[in-house]
This record gives sequence, structure tokens and C-alpha cells, in this order.
Amino acid sequence: MSPYHRPIPNTWWLKRKPYILFMIRELTSVFVAGYCIFLLVLVYKLTQGADAYGNFMAALKSPSSVALHLITLAFVLYHTITWFNLTPKILVLYRGEDRIPQGLVAGAFYTGWVVISVIIAWLVLGV
Amino acid sequence: MAKSNEPIWWSLFSAGGMVAAMILPVLIIITGILVPFGLVDDDPLNFERIYTALSQSWLIKLIFFIVITLPLFHWAHRFRFTLVDVGLKSVSTLISILCYGGAITGTIVSIVVFWNI
Repeated sequence: MSPYHRPIPNTWWLKRKPYILFMIRELTSVFVAGYCIFLLVLVYKLTQGADAYGNFMAALKSPSSVALHLITLAFVLYHTITWFNLTPKILVLYRGEDRIPQGLVAGAFYTGWVVISVIIAWLVLGV
Repeated sequence: MAKSNEPIWWSLFSAGGMVAAMILPVLIIITGILVPFGLVDDDPLNFERIYTALSQSWLIKLIFFIVITLPLFHWAHRFRFTLVDVGLKSVSTLISILCYGGAITGTIVSIVVFWNI
């Protein structure tokens, strides 16, 4: 005999705001993967020569590409924020007997994020 | 204790999540806003420059490869549990195969693409 499980409707996550936010956080992964596939296609186009790559890059100017990028950016930023806010709960650091405050750990990641972003922009854009 | 593959998938999920959080936003701003709107000079993503960078440096190739593939495993792990959470528990094995299999396929395709540069 198996133990009784109370049935849970598949729409449980629509019932409360924190559940909806949880589901949005989980769905950010779809946009993360989508953008990585976009990057992979970009590199693939490079292997197909200057014309193929040029056409692909020209398509970035289309309204649909810009719109998709903006939607992706919103979801990926939500991923970044929720990720850094969760990190101190998993990465528990001590200095001597005292636990390093969660805000400080998260702050270090946010700072690192800004520094890395500036370095990448500088390297990629060559400004 | 029963053996489990979970630590491997969780490590890849975690590493991929960190790469995605740190690196993807600025790249999206570059390819989605700065370059298409011409807000930067001299078309920095032009063919010559990117092709040269990737074809002449194994380090740059490796960095691109990691940035593309690790987040795929982040997706696979997270999306797997999302699907189970919305009621697909009865086919959870199939979901695991499709999700992790998808990430592995993406990694293999990436290896081939990067090999050909």
C-alpha cells in the first residue's frame, strides 16, 4: 500500500504571488538557454564566412530581434538578481566564529558583476 | 546510501547559473541594444575582428565555449524541476533525459562548431 498523497492541482503556482515569482525565476532559465543558443548560432555563422555572418548581424537591427533581446534582458536580469540574493544562503562564510553577513556576501557578488560587465564591454567593444 | 548523479547535475546547474548571472546581461545589452542602434563606433562585432579573435586564440575559444555551454546545463536542471512541479511527475525520467540530453547535445554541437573555426 502506498502512502496517501494529497492531490495538488497543476495550477498551484498561480495561487499566490510568491509562487508566481518562483515560477518566473524558474522560467528565466529558458531565456538563459535561448540566448546561449543565439550565441552558438552567431559563432556558427562565423564559420560560414563573412556574408553569412554579415546577414546574421544585420538581422540584429530588426524590431523583432530588438524586442526579443529586451524581453530576454528582463528575464536574465531577474535571474541575476535572484541568483546573487540566494548565493549567501548557500555560500555560508565565517570569519572566526562570526558568520559574514549575507548582505556583504551578496554585495561582493554584485560588485564583481559590475566589474566583470565593464571589463567585458571594454574587451568586446574595444572602447 | 544510494549512489546518485544529482551532485554532478547540481554542480553544473550552479556553475552555469553563475556564468549566466555574471556574463549574459552585458552581452545581451551589446548584441541587443548597443550594436544594433549604432551606439558604439566602428562596428566592433565585424567579421574580421571576431573571426580573428576566435580563430587565433584557444583561450578566447575556450571562454566562448564555457559561456555558451555551462548555462545550458543550468537550464536543463532548472527546467526539469519546473516541468515536474507543474504536474509532469509521472514522466520525470523522460523529462530528465530530454533536458540533460538537450544540454549535452548543445555541448557536442558547440564542440563541432568551435573545432571548425
